Amino acid sequence: MSPAPPTAAAPDTAVSSRTRARRRSARIPYALLLPALLGLAFLVLPLAGLLVRAPWSSLPGQLSSTEVWEALRLSLICATAATGLSLLVGVPLAWLLARTDFPGRRFIRALVTLPLVLPPVVGGVALLLVLGRNGIIGRWLDSAFGITLPFHTSGVVLAEAFVAMPFLVISVEGALRAADPRYEEAAATLGASRLTAFRRVTLPLIAPGIGAGAVLAWARALGEFGATITFAGNFPGQTQTMPLAVYLAMESDPEAAIALSLVLLAVSITVLAGLRDRWMSTP
Amino acid sequence: MTSTMRRTAISAVAALALATGLGACSSGSSSSASASASSSAAAPKLSGTVTVFAAASLQGTFTDLGKKFEAAYPGVKVKFNFGGSSSLAQSIVSGAPADVFAAASPATMKTVTDAKDAAGDPKVFVRNTLEIAVPKGNPKHIASLKDLAGSGLKVALCAKEVPCGSAAATALKTGDVNLTPVTLEQDVKAALTKVELGEVDASLVYRTDVQADSGKIDGVDFPEAAKAVNDYPIAALAKAPNTNGAAAFVAYIQSAEARQVLTAAGFQAP
Repeated sequence: MSPAPPTAAAPDTAVSSRTRARRRSARIPYALLLPALLGLAFLVLPLAGLLVRAPWSSLPGQLSSTEVWEALRLSLICATAATGLSLLVGVPLAWLLARTDFPGRRFIRALVTLPLVLPPVVGGVALLLVLGRNGIIGRWLDSAFGITLPFHTSGVVLAEAFVAMPFLVISVEGALRAADPRYEEAAATLGASRLTAFRRVTLPLIAPGIGAGAVLAWARALGEFGATITFAGNFPGQTQTMPLAVYLAMESDPEAAIALSLVLLAVSITVLAGLRDRWMSTP
Repeated sequence: MTSTMRRTAISAVAALALATGLGACSSGSSSSASASASSSAAAPKLSGTVTVFAAASLQGTFTDLGKKFEAAYPGVKVKFNFGGSSSLAQSIVSGAPADVFAAASPATMKTVTDAKDAAGDPKVFVRNTLEIAVPKGNPKHIASLKDLAGSGLKVALCAKEVPCGSAAATALKTGDVNLTPVTLEQDVKAALTKVELGEVDASLVYRTDVQADSGKIDGVDFPEAAKAVNDYPIAALAKAPNTNGAAAFVAYIQSAEARQVLTAAGFQAP
């Protein structure tokens, strides 16, 4: 929405542009503007604090260690893989929740969103109990295939997907509910199977919703800490992502932790700002 | 309150604390409470809340000692904040309203003393040594530090940034053991949990942690641990809201009664 150019042409247009200007200024009541600005300050100030406290002079030295870049690389790879995994199973799950009617659907829906409220550390312990070396499934994976997920990069991906997938499922389900099912019905009357209708009609229809959900899930996965350190452990180059490196640096050297956080912030802002216009355009 | 007055108050409390300590020394734990109660009549009466920031490994013993302290000084409440020593030190330096800080390593205490946030010199009140924690019954038959480097064995260590991790590194260096752990945990409890859940075969943790969890964990002593002893310093804080309470608590932790509780939990006297 760009501001209307001030015109001094015919008197009637001048009047109409004035009323339009008045209506626009009236559109932002102080009762909304003030809390909005407060909210903005609340979110932005801590970041400003990081920038103020950042050890700019020693920053190059802080960031020269290979461990930092290894952690960043691992973070980006794992968050992307976790998003991919979430897309693969999360979109069909969202479709199931939005388009079919089965008993206990509301309960299942609540279960799906459980990782949103569960403390991530608890999620990590739960993953260990199922997929760990002595876990219900993990024991079998270990003895039959020799696969152990904890303390391995694949464990990081699983932990992040566990925490991030609900974000994707919720936003895709919302997009599906907003999309008109009559398009799919029309496709069905023209002889398309339900799978074809999903692939050719539904998916393109809800693409923005999927994109928004994927970005949310990616962002959540990138910042994941609790489930990762609990389930996958912490070893440089193997399972140590940026949030883990930041947390441990905080224990001994807050300046290094701030330096690491700045790198993660810069990368996240670049990626999120780049994707936002393309994917997160509000419907 | 002027600064001279406060100083007098501190010395009075120090005298009281000394008396308490001596009382406990001479006549055992049961009479120390009455000894302190009688001497507190002369000194300024303690009141309010004493807020203690203490290392996570002190949780069991300090909770216990806090109750005993409250019983000895009626009207005083002790509130604890247990956590990693490093992060506790960070919050104290950032202005958290604490009265006493008990750290798991001199290095973390140094963060506080460097910022001039400690009142007086910190005192080492206990020591803690490392043990190899293994699942109950020691299924992998681990008997020494060298055994941990065996192939196919999964070992968890603490990250070198936290006190138990730096102690582990010292012990491994002393024993000339070249060990690649599968994970570097963020604190000692996390390293212990990994053994408890059976995800790793062993980890290097504090003796006190093994003892507190003796139902599920066995401990294996090793000689190199003697070279990697962690000192636990305690100090009243310069900006303590409750100066008298802080000094009294610090003195109480160094009393014979408190030491008995601490050594019973596996700590060593300094």
